[in-house]
Amino acid sequence: MLKTTPFHPRTSALVRAQTWRRWAGYQMASAYDPHPDREYAAVRNAAALFDVSPLHKYGISGPDAGRLLDRLITRDVTKLKTGQVYYTPWCDAAGKVVDDGTLHRLDEATYRMTSADSSLRWLHLNAVGMNVSIEDTSERVATLALQGPLARAILATISPLDFTTLKYFRLASTTLRDVPVTISRTGYTGDLGYEIWVDADRALALWDAVVEAGAPYGIVPAGVWALDIARIEAGLIMLDVDYFSSHHALIEQRKSSPFEINLGWAVSPTKGPFNGRRPLAAERARGSAWGFVGLEIDWESFERLFAAHRLPPQIPGVAWRASAPVYAGGSQVGYATSGCWSPLLKKSLALAHLRRPHFAAGANVEIEVTVEHRRLRAAAVVRELPFYDPERKKA
Amino acid sequence: MSGPRYDAIIVGGGHNGLVAAAYLARAGRRTLVLEKRPLVGGASVTEEIFPGFKFSVFSYVVSLLRPEIIRDLDLPRHGLQILPLESTVTPLDNGDYLAAWADPDETRNELRRHCPLDADAMPIFGRLMHHMAMAVKPILAMIPPDPTSLSPRELAGLLRLGRHFRSLGPEKFHALHKLMTMSSADYLDEWFAFDPLKATRSASGIIGTFLGPRSPGTAYVLLHHYMGEIDGAFRAWGFQKGGTGAISESIAGAARRFGATIRTGVSVEQVIVKNGRARGVALSTGEEIAAGVVVSGLDPRLTFTKLVDPKGLPEDLVEGIRRYRFRGSSGKVNLALSGLPSFSCLPGNGPHLRGAISISPSVLYLERAYDDAKYGEFSRHPYMDCVIPSMIDPGMAPPGKHVMSIFVQYAPFDLAGGWNDARREAFGDAVVKTLARYAPNLESLILHRQVLTPDDIQRITGLSEGNIFQGELALQQLFFLRPVPRWAKYRTPIEGYWQCGAGTHPGGGIMGASGRLAALEILGASP
Repeated sequence: MLKTTPFHPRTSALVRAQTWRRWAGYQMASAYDPHPDREYAAVRNAAALFDVSPLHKYGISGPDAGRLLDRLITRDVTKLKTGQVYYTPWCDAAGKVVDDGTLHRLDEATYRMTSADSSLRWLHLNAVGMNVSIEDTSERVATLALQGPLARAILATISPLDFTTLKYFRLASTTLRDVPVTISRTGYTGDLGYEIWVDADRALALWDAVVEAGAPYGIVPAGVWALDIARIEAGLIMLDVDYFSSHHALIEQRKSSPFEINLGWAVSPTKGPFNGRRPLAAERARGSAWGFVGLEIDWESFERLFAAHRLPPQIPGVAWRASAPVYAGGSQVGYATSGCWSPLLKKSLALAHLRRPHFAAGANVEIEVTVEHRRLRAAAVVRELPFYDPERKKA
Repeated sequence: MSGPRYDAIIVGGGHNGLVAAAYLARAGRRTLVLEKRPLVGGASVTEEIFPGFKFSVFSYVVSLLRPEIIRDLDLPRHGLQILPLESTVTPLDNGDYLAAWADPDETRNELRRHCPLDADAMPIFGRLMHHMAMAVKPILAMIPPDPTSLSPRELAGLLRLGRHFRSLGPEKFHALHKLMTMSSADYLDEWFAFDPLKATRSASGIIGTFLGPRSPGTAYVLLHHYMGEIDGAFRAWGFQKGGTGAISESIAGAARRFGATIRTGVSVEQVIVKNGRARGVALSTGEEIAAGVVVSGLDPRLTFTKLVDPKGLPEDLVEGIRRYRFRGSSGKVNLALSGLPSFSCLPGNGPHLRGAISISPSVLYLERAYDDAKYGEFSRHPYMDCVIPSMIDPGMAPPGKHVMSIFVQYAPFDLAGGWNDARREAFGDAVVKTLARYAPNLESLILHRQVLTPDDIQRITGLSEGNIFQGELALQQLFFLRPVPRWAKYRTPIEGYWQCGAGTHPGGGIMGASGRLAALEILGASP
């Protein structure tokens, strides 16, 4: 039996075409409408409301909490201030990525960690000999993400919090209507947005308050299809789609270092000991064999492949998650792992792993596309991520 | 002459003028755009007519903005953001409704509810229209060849065109011929039985023309809707965030990035012509600005009879322009609303309010609306295409409040007795009263009403006779005949003086193709 989130009584009433999917053992809406166009548009135009409760969440506290987390992740936890949030990967001893997620410092000695995969065992393994309490709060804490240019205006109508003081990747405790919540200025869309953390037993009251406050601002409950397009535009990776956890990769080649999935910026070069420190320092010095980049597919080249069959270009209405070979100079130099048509940028985008030296921005490559049952290649250009980075995200 | 010398001056900052400017500037030409109004956009403008409420005053949806323009000018970077316009609902006189939803299965189920045979016919009709649109699409991106010329370039163009049509095969060629000659209602009669369906579809064939759904030649305009589906990926059909003025702003932004200068509140009095050559423009202030190329984005009447002295032009051209048909036939009513209208056929705030509401209950209804106009009156019960942009883009109105845009046909430019304030308000009353038959709470919600007749459209935008397409999209005024034979390639008899408005091929709607093709032709001619 798949689990349902605390918002299920509300979300299930809205899913018009029974378009459900799995997410971390939960039943989750792909979209509420039969297709995600309107839900995606709300992310970039008004505000989209996502139930992201299936995230794994851990409460980590005690005198050694900071020490445990500093050992675990690649960023420097000693610099994480109370009320601040990190986005970070964490690695095994070989410097290969286990998972990625966020780390919230709630107070002096209390943290919340989120992850895509269950991380309880890994936390315990790393906590041996430390005075720290680790609690899996995944089911106790429900989470909503309100993402889009009007997200702030909506929350401001039902909260005493001064949202101008809540900066990017910071959090605050407040109330929405009368529901106590923690609000972090984070998200998975690359837009202005917030994630709202609430006790599961107040989840429905929170949903109702946000939906009611959002109605005059065009709030739209949105599912994973819309989220997937937004996160590709924002160049945000997804575990088990764009990379595999080193704990689950069946073969060595499927593992990636943070540098190889565009998270090199999150590997502190100065911090004390942490998992993977030595191999990561070596990789930083010698350069990585692989890079993770954006591809912008050349529309005219793509269109020509279809025009040869008297067809207009056909693109799926949802993001694709499959491996597509990428070529340069006639030989394969990598593979794309997900992509979408960007309704906003009017471009066909992909996220790809490319071998050195082909991952330099501006490099010309080709990506495999199937047209009328034939595998062909369309021209593409390597782009730095993110594809889309509006000022309002951090402003 | 004063000020810096420009390579090219564009007269009129409508969307085609801006597109032409952007392409010229992109090619390194020092380009200046002169717009008489305080804002760019022409008929594609957003204005806050009532405090807090933003109206796409004239043109209200994006229709077929060319994908190559979106790409070449990287318009998304400059603010182009087209939001989905998902549905069309037609309230029926029996209290029911006909809906076309975003989801094809839902639409088919809805049609099956009314007429199962039509539901089966729809996808087959759609396939044929797809082929027709594919056949016509290359023409939109083509500088029209002159079929009477024997120059190698013209012959090559004609040959390409001939090959293109021959490759369609007989079946599609015949269908295309029918589409070019029939009325939209007759054409739809061949496929469908359910009258409100035919009425709603044929309405798209009469927009901007002084013709009725039974008038021959209207079927062709149906094609434009399917053209949008071919470019569906680009979603060239929908709402621009911030109204249609934001499209103009995005094109202006691209033009500026390429180095163009845009001046607003500047009225061009005349194009300066010396020895048969354009030398620049004279402004109403007396200022003169020199340039080797002058491009008019204004309609053909203004381009050939106001900006230059027609005495210097060939007789047949002047005569052709005199005969060129404008005959503005539509008006616009923009409402600021304190809440949402509730339609009797679908009460409450359902998803239908995020799409178009089409007041086209029957073909007869539309034809009767045309009858009024034929005899010089506005339609007592007009065809209306209503949208509520604030439902999709909440920024168009204060939270919880709304703007409603009502495109109305027919409102003849040549109203018997002429337009005046009383007649304008009577027209506005007819619109609101007719719509209130379907949405009874409408009148109680109105905070402000802006009524625009063809006379107002001409006065504000300059569009002759208030024709929204700079001249009817009728077959005798299309392709190598637009605006007149022999002068369809954006040129004029005056060297260095060009035309780039919707009065040239392919014209009409926020498409930008005229501006782009004109710029390409200018660049080809003056490298």
